[in-house]
Amino acid sequence: MRRVTLWIVSTVAALVLLFSYHTSTGAAGGSQAAALGSSTPGTSSSGSGGSSESSGSGGSSGSTGSGGSSGSGGSSGSATTQGTSGTFTGSTVDTRWGPVQVQVTVDSGKITDVQAVVYPQENPRDQEINAYALPVLHDEVLDAQSAQIDAVSGATVTSDGYISSLQAAIDAANLKS
Amino acid sequence: MTQPTAPDLPRRAWVEQVMGLPISVHVRGDAALSSSVERAVVELFESLRRADQRFSTYRADSEVSARRRGEAVRPSADMLEVLALCDEARRLTRGAFDPDLPSGFDPSGLVKGWAVERASGPLRKAAGGSDWLVNAGGDILLHAEAGRTWRIGIEDPRSPDRTLRALSLSRGAVATSGHARRGAHITDPRTGRAADGTVLSATVVAPTLLWADVYATAAYVRGVQALPWLGRADGARILLVRADGSLLSTFGAGTVRGPATSAAASART
Repeated sequence: MRRVTLWIVSTVAALVLLFSYHTSTGAAGGSQAAALGSSTPGTSSSGSGGSSESSGSGGSSGSTGSGGSSGSGGSSGSATTQGTSGTFTGSTVDTRWGPVQVQVTVDSGKITDVQAVVYPQENPRDQEINAYALPVLHDEVLDAQSAQIDAVSGATVTSDGYISSLQAAIDAANLKS
Repeated sequence: MTQPTAPDLPRRAWVEQVMGLPISVHVRGDAALSSSVERAVVELFESLRRADQRFSTYRADSEVSARRRGEAVRPSADMLEVLALCDEARRLTRGAFDPDLPSGFDPSGLVKGWAVERASGPLRKAAGGSDWLVNAGGDILLHAEAGRTWRIGIEDPRSPDRTLRALSLSRGAVATSGHARRGAHITDPRTGRAADGTVLSATVVAPTLLWADVYATAAYVRGVQALPWLGRADGARILLVRADGSLLSTFGAGTVRGPATSAAASART
């Protein structure tokens, strides 16, 4: 997994550039949704207890494993007239079993990769399961029936909410060439 | 209660931002890695961008914006089609869907489903024999081959990183309207105000995304009052999440009631 090397302090500004259009990003050239890299969350998101990679200068300190914390996201990248490029990290989504954080890589305004940089460390099967499905990543998205979820239907997800969404986590597991 | 899953099939996803929304395309099966599917996905995104250029209320140069300004422009064939569908939607929803808002003409609530249906045509052909789905900002059009399904989680409007129930579907569409993500962004055309909030979200499963989307909007605006007539709408099934946390649904043999937090069996098709 690529490690974010440059953190832009003004995460909000960068995200606004990328995501908060009300119109589309249709002006960006090309249309292939390239899929870069492998999606193997966790190889560098180390540590038990749900440590967060966003502990650099762009984000707040890391999340702790047991509920309630949220590390804010960071980003590195550039915006040009041809579209934004860079790596953007969503805020941590707290789940019953730990924090989940999604990182999106963008090239010239196109999403090229979505990965989980923080994910629950504990095996959710060991936990009590209630009515909720939780964004446990890779092949382990659980719902009330302990079955896999392929997509999420919800009230309109705006682009700026996407990187913190369960749908982004599901996409992350499948965006590969 | 286990669902047929397809863990061993190749699967690929694409995501782009179009119409201000994240659009995810997933293909599962042998066609997932084919060049014809790749081309169809490219076409899909291009088609959605063209629709956005014509129908966006945020683009000053769109045909919709010209219409909102009252300019005498001869409507395009696409606009005529959308206008006719808007009339039909207004009639079928008893006015709960209405593109003529106090803020001006705005067919967005119908155009998204219409555009995604049309844009998915080439993918439907190219993915023959494989499964595919398009998720346009939470509204989903899907197809699975015999014996397989897509598992669709219904987002919890009170906690959007969670899902309340899961549906196993092999074809058709799922759309959800509600207050999550954007605040109270759906306007009741009768009053010009945001929907009253007795229902937090409305999910509709229907044969087409256009009608799933329109009916979900109507069900959110009208709340439980929508159930009697919407329950008879052609092929539509509804799940309402009410403000008190209870669920009301027309899935299954009859109306199913239960608390939103129960771990009861998921709604099935």
